[in-house]
Amino acid sequence: MSAEAVPARDATASGEARAIIEVRGLEVGFEGRVGVLAGLLGRRGARARAVDGVDLDLYEGEVLALAGESGCGKTTTARAIMGLLRPQAGEIRFEGRPLGRRLRAYRREVQMVFQDPTGSLNPRKTIYEIVAEGLRIHRISQGPNGETEEELVARALSRAGLRPPERFYLLYPHELSGGQRQRVVIAGALVLDPRVIVADEPVSNLDASVRGEILALLMKLREELRISILVVTHDLGLAWTVADRVAVMYLGRIVEIGPAEEVLQRPRHPYTRALLDVVPEAGGIDRPILSGEPPDPTRVPNGCRFHPRCPAVASGRAARLGIEERCRTVPLAPLPAAQDHLVACYLAELGERP
Amino acid sequence: MAIAEPPVVQAEPPPPPTRRSARAITWARRRRAVAAHWRVYRRNRQGMWGLAILLIFIALALAAPLLVDERRLEPAFSTGIPFQPPSADAWLGTDKFGRSMVDLLVYGARISLLVGFTATVGTMLIGSVVGIAAGYYGGRIDALLNAFTNWFLVLPWIVLAIVLASLLGATLFNIILVIAITSWAGTARLVRAQTLTVKERPYVERARALGAGDWHLITRHILPNVFPVIFANTVLTVALSILSETTLSILGLGDPNSVSWGVIIEESFSSGALTAGYWWWLIPPGVCIVLVTLAFTMCGYALDEILNPRLRER
Amino acid sequence: MTILTTRGLRVTYRTSGGDVPAVRGVDLTIGKGEVLGLAGESGCGKSTIAGAILRLLPASTKIEGQILLDGEDVLAMRPSRLRAVRWTGASIIFQGALHGLNPVQRVGDQIAEAITVHRQASEREAAVRVGELLEQVGLPSRRIADYPHELSGGQRQRVMIAMALACNPSLVIADEPTTALDVMVQAQVLRLLKGLQRELGLAMLFITHDLSVLVEVSDRLAIMYAGRIVEEGPAEGVFHDPRHPYTRALAAAFPEIGDERFRRRPSGLGGDPPDPQALPAGCTFHPRCPDAFDECRRVDPTLYPAGEGRRAACLLVQPTPAGAERAGDGQP
Repeated sequence: MSAEAVPARDATASGEARAIIEVRGLEVGFEGRVGVLAGLLGRRGARARAVDGVDLDLYEGEVLALAGESGCGKTTTARAIMGLLRPQAGEIRFEGRPLGRRLRAYRREVQMVFQDPTGSLNPRKTIYEIVAEGLRIHRISQGPNGETEEELVARALSRAGLRPPERFYLLYPHELSGGQRQRVVIAGALVLDPRVIVADEPVSNLDASVRGEILALLMKLREELRISILVVTHDLGLAWTVADRVAVMYLGRIVEIGPAEEVLQRPRHPYTRALLDVVPEAGGIDRPILSGEPPDPTRVPNGCRFHPRCPAVASGRAARLGIEERCRTVPLAPLPAAQDHLVACYLAELGERP
Repeated sequence: MAIAEPPVVQAEPPPPPTRRSARAITWARRRRAVAAHWRVYRRNRQGMWGLAILLIFIALALAAPLLVDERRLEPAFSTGIPFQPPSADAWLGTDKFGRSMVDLLVYGARISLLVGFTATVGTMLIGSVVGIAAGYYGGRIDALLNAFTNWFLVLPWIVLAIVLASLLGATLFNIILVIAITSWAGTARLVRAQTLTVKERPYVERARALGAGDWHLITRHILPNVFPVIFANTVLTVALSILSETTLSILGLGDPNSVSWGVIIEESFSSGALTAGYWWWLIPPGVCIVLVTLAFTMCGYALDEILNPRLRER
Repeated sequence: MTILTTRGLRVTYRTSGGDVPAVRGVDLTIGKGEVLGLAGESGCGKSTIAGAILRLLPASTKIEGQILLDGEDVLAMRPSRLRAVRWTGASIIFQGALHGLNPVQRVGDQIAEAITVHRQASEREAAVRVGELLEQVGLPSRRIADYPHELSGGQRQRVMIAMALACNPSLVIADEPTTALDVMVQAQVLRLLKGLQRELGLAMLFITHDLSVLVEVSDRLAIMYAGRIVEEGPAEGVFHDPRHPYTRALAAAFPEIGDERFRRRPSGLGGDPPDPQALPAGCTFHPRCPDAFDECRRVDPTLYPAGEGRRAACLLVQPTPAGAERAGDGQP
């Protein structure tokens, strides 16, 4: 554990970026609900494929944003990476080695920050107990340089911007503001000196004026401690302010991935385009947008998963380009994990812009 | 790129700087929380009355050996005159063996409270284990335990209790056992429901993401958050246990060797106190039972209001 | 023609812990066909204003000042008049559509109820009107017989909008109408609301913490902090060229994609909104303000003119020589 600042490095810019987490062929399904008796008899409900073939690399020291509508599988992917869900298929590797039985050790290295800071703090525990919980779970009574538990907790709190730390020891979560609570959650993650933080909508429950501070804190952790960060968000504006790379998910698959500037400013998938079109901004109210409800993961369409909502199919552009048949019937292969800008779309294969 | 230090977030009010160990600090904080709860409780008139009555009975029960010579309760050693109405000698009269009703009531408090408390501990133990296991593990375990719980819930308890008590034999321990076995199901239900809600709280998931195992999650997160809800219920269960003991005793299933209030009433019945007009044999134990159950109920409701803030506004 | 005017509106909640001043002197005007966006963080008093206009606050709440709806003072109305005005004069769309709807009543009946209660229309007429309303909010008419749980979040919010429009109110208050919705559905509902507002020429008070949503739908913006309006003016001007440091911080939370100023540079305010029962002296914003100077601790600024149709409560825009000088330094 070293408090020294590590020089920042743009992971995506350098050619030999090293993947710290590799996700391969990830599939996670959920079973629908069944009655008690049917459950006892072992009957199962309809299966929803929340994540259906995801390949993804998280490079050392990068901030990767995973974006999409609710139900697209972004949170499920994050939870599977955290080992909170058991995948039906696929593999997650940490530093080149599959997780398997090393889950407990892995959980020291990979920490999670949740959407709802109020809910993620046990209301009956003091801030000290909450931050020290990770140490106690992993039976760490001393830091690598002989620090006491209290010193480790104090350091984590001050790294999270709660200073002086002793003032917070005795407080209960309800005595803090929303932003402070999220800092406590982050301190609870930092106390274990993680290499990776998975942040699931880390600021969407916070007041607008404090969001930037929490994001700035995450950026600082990346700069100073070289922590890799996977941010799950529905907000592409947030991706613009923090992410090096952006992956856009739709119905359990990544449909576009690449450097943030590329994906957000020159999107090549019609769905990414549609997501960008609904980011509210002055004059944006008159832009046409996708109609219909978010897709249902229990009913994945044939062909390209996006074709029922795709403006290129609806407008007949796909037909004119002679790809409509493929859009409707031929499934696309999942995108491989790579550093480049990749798109899963027949339109983009022809070099067309959405 | 130079990143500015994050702004210092001030917590207020700043507690006095202490350099004690963190655990000591935590305990100090907990003591303060208990004190705060007590301050709220003190303002609850119903709760205070209940507590006062209870303390009197508990004091009597604890001091019973000092106040009463136990040998005087043995029918053979009894020196009093049978069937005496209240007088200066025996304030509440005597029973058929000439034992003083006051002596009997004081010892009865001991037995009744003992049964009430231990049966409640048993009830809570079984109920919590079943409820937490069902709620926490879910799936088939839940379906199975839930069916089991429901079975106990719909079974008329008195029938089950009579069968069990006559099978096991009338000893004090068996009475306690029978009460615990017949009354845990309601607690299990409550605990299961509460476990289900607590289990879904993000802090449980956070602890799991930190690497916590089932045991840690149950003991550090589920139990501490389930307990306050069932604590008030526990106090009510004591009242119910005392009533159950009384019922069983009146039905003649009590332990004849330990004089509980229920046993006193049963003896008065079987000796025809009702027809002979020996009211002092029947009414005082009845009043004691009513007072104690009422006191527990009052405390229970008061605690419920304090520990479950959603009720506070009602 | 103004639909809504508030003058010196003050709302104080009476709680066991003492009086809580939630709104501390707010002047608003909304003209016919105009959308006023009211922005601010939780606890700033923006929803309290909505409640005060329809008198939906707890009876013990103290409301002072004037609220004129179509020229009539809401605060002076008798209960019967107030009931008539609710929904026919002004209606409200709440955030959680699930709570606003009765779960055991068909949505068509709930919309019809709003009509029959107020206009004594026959059931047959009401049924026709419900059909029209559903069409207006883009719901298939077969949804009329559905229960709320059979609808998606976006569809439920459409039902809420239909209910709000049922009695042709002159003012619609939308209190965080899209906050609980997903991005794509939020955009759909916003377009629907804006379209209806234009088509029907409605006056609308649109309340949310999301400044980027407000700038999309509003003509004018008012930014609230600690129970007061700290900046107001035309929507785009306030959003793109904020005069108050608080507005600037709020706007930074909703960056425009492609704007290099925000790329890899999140920024926000330190500290937290003040406790309404213990407001800081001077400007209530000064403890969090990046541009605060000595005077801010002492002087409580009022709304000063800050350009065309704009006002801001900040000493930096105060039209004095000293203020004018500092205003230059105050820009980021």
